[in-house]
Amino acid sequence: MKKDIILAGVGGQGILTIAKVIGIAALENGLYLKQAEVHGMSQRGGDVQSGLRLSSDPIHSDLIPLGSADLIISMEPMEALRYLPWLAPDGQIITNTVPLVNIVNYPETEALDAEFDALGERVTAFDSDEIARAAGSPRSANIVLLGAASPYLDIDADTLRDCIRQRFGSKGEAAVEANIKAFDAGRKISLQ
Amino acid sequence: MLNFADTNLSDMKNKQLLLGDEAFALGAINAGLSGAYAYPGTPSTEILEYIQENTLARERGIHSYWSSNEKTAVEEALGMSFCGKRSIVSMKHVGLNVAADPFVNSAMTGANGGVLVGAADDPSMHSSQNEQDSRFYGAFALLPVLEPSNQQEAYDMAAYGFELSEKYRVPVLVRFVTRLSHSRAVVVTDEPTAENALHYPVERPQWVLMPVNSRRRYPRLIETYEELKAVSEESPFNKFIEAPDHSTGIIASGIAYNYVMEAFGGNPPYPVVKISQYPLPQAMIARLALECGRIAVIEEGQPVIEERIRGLLGAPVEIIGKLSGELPRTGELTVEAVEKALGIQPKERRAMPQVVVPRPPALCQGCGHRDVYNALNRALADYESPKVFGDIGCYTLGYLAPFNAIDTVVDMGASITMAKGAADAGQHPAIAVIGDSTFTHSGMTGLLDAINENSPITVIISDNLTTGMTGGQDSQGTGKLREICLGLGADPAHVRTIDSLPKNVEEMYHLFREEIDYKGLSVIISVRECIQTARRHKK
Repeated sequence: MKKDIILAGVGGQGILTIAKVIGIAALENGLYLKQAEVHGMSQRGGDVQSGLRLSSDPIHSDLIPLGSADLIISMEPMEALRYLPWLAPDGQIITNTVPLVNIVNYPETEALDAEFDALGERVTAFDSDEIARAAGSPRSANIVLLGAASPYLDIDADTLRDCIRQRFGSKGEAAVEANIKAFDAGRKISLQ
Repeated sequence: MLNFADTNLSDMKNKQLLLGDEAFALGAINAGLSGAYAYPGTPSTEILEYIQENTLARERGIHSYWSSNEKTAVEEALGMSFCGKRSIVSMKHVGLNVAADPFVNSAMTGANGGVLVGAADDPSMHSSQNEQDSRFYGAFALLPVLEPSNQQEAYDMAAYGFELSEKYRVPVLVRFVTRLSHSRAVVVTDEPTAENALHYPVERPQWVLMPVNSRRRYPRLIETYEELKAVSEESPFNKFIEAPDHSTGIIASGIAYNYVMEAFGGNPPYPVVKISQYPLPQAMIARLALECGRIAVIEEGQPVIEERIRGLLGAPVEIIGKLSGELPRTGELTVEAVEKALGIQPKERRAMPQVVVPRPPALCQGCGHRDVYNALNRALADYESPKVFGDIGCYTLGYLAPFNAIDTVVDMGASITMAKGAADAGQHPAIAVIGDSTFTHSGMTGLLDAINENSPITVIISDNLTTGMTGGQDSQGTGKLREICLGLGADPAHVRTIDSLPKNVEEMYHLFREEIDYKGLSVIISVRECIQTARRHKK
């Protein structure tokens, strides 16, 4: 088993929470894992990414080589496209469609949509903010995306739910349940 | 010594998911650490942060606190070493410049209790002003350097480094790079050992670096460095990996070793010398040169090894690397760059769509630095040729749109001293903008210069009550900045304080105008808590 995953977004959007949940799952499954993060200046509203590598065999590079990511999970549509050079030919993109516009030259929605259309079935793009709100957990758009990515992870959904419990356990049962609901709502989108 | 790649994870109980920084910190705690000193700086910050949060470190009362700067940090650690205890210091690469004086001289005093100086380099300059390679400092000071290639080595090297430091009685430099510091992996840990008891150096004169003592010490240090070369040959972190194809031999150091292994799917066809301990294992390298017609040097950062072995091996062996142009001279290494240098066909890949545009970082909404720049830009619009000397921190982002407010940024504290130099040259207005933590790091001494000459400059200390850029660590001057300025001798009438809030921008404008027009030194302390730490405090 080998999964190379790029988590993308803008500083402050919570991509490291996704990484943390998958990380706990990898540890429970006895998998090797490497996860490169971005700290420092970019976290102030710049583009951020985390490269997450899971494997049943030892992993060498902390960086994911170009053309080899099995998954891109992105909190933001333009950020999903930024990492296209890393996507494997048969890789999958799971992305939020809600743009975060904090620059003056942010592209038109139509231009981004055209890129996603060209990628066809390689892309699952949806409004994860809305799904999170509908699930009663407006701040869990990241966990919605994790749910949508879960069928591609080769990790059992119940294991991931357990890991969400571990990650949010300190914040109380309500937070745990809200995030499990967000996860399930996202997962439903990919399984439809 | 544990080898990560050979470890069967499912058999191991004591395993944790740790950043490279954290692995080193935990390794040090478990190896009997007594004191940790640091100034925050990306990518090194998480070393001390981890120790501050660690349960065992708290139970044991391990000393861990943010120092005023990297120089004071190294000296504090050296004091602990003098008393026989184990200590670590951590900083970013440019912090080692600040600490260079005590660091280089610590080779002369030597170590009593083990001392590890962790310096984290930032190739590609993700969050830094240059790409300097800390390994240079090792050879310069005649001190051994450890360069972990993975998180497990970062953990193991703490205990190993302390033993090395105490056996050869010298501090040890541990070199990190961004991709190791900020990458997480599973680390197998071991049981904590006891701290050292208080005990004093046997060779007492060498701790007093008077010429009479230093002249005796220096030849001994050179001898020690020769002994350390032999130690490198036997190091568990350096190895000669045999392979059948001798048309090329590879030297790969630290994290670059991983890229070589990745490029060849874990089985390089060429012999590889993996280097994670310096001084260089010369015999291993000589053997590689003897057996292989061509040597490829793959290293993260500057061409430190490549330059050394060019001198060592002379003409007959072809050497490829960063100096010969096969690898890029700037930026981080990547698997692709290594593949290209070694003649491996890269994978097919898509292009980045042209619709994607850069997204530079920006000051947070609700950040007091914004109000400072808004008011300052308004005030300076009233003058013909104002110059603003900036400094290192979040407020460096004032250089970017929409503020475009800064003319220079060089190093910690340079805002005040450069503004003074500019005023000495006849510049007016000469404004310095500096954060609170940077001010106590390296701004105070420069302010004393300006006070002593009553230089006509306006120093704005944009005080957010924390070290913001690195995520909100304690700032040494919090609550005392006005007293510090007055204590240094600033005129109380021209040390002004204001809350940097949007509603005060008009008042700030007038305040800036008044103090700019004053033909002497003034300090304006504009205060507003960092929005990031304020949010955390509310929770």
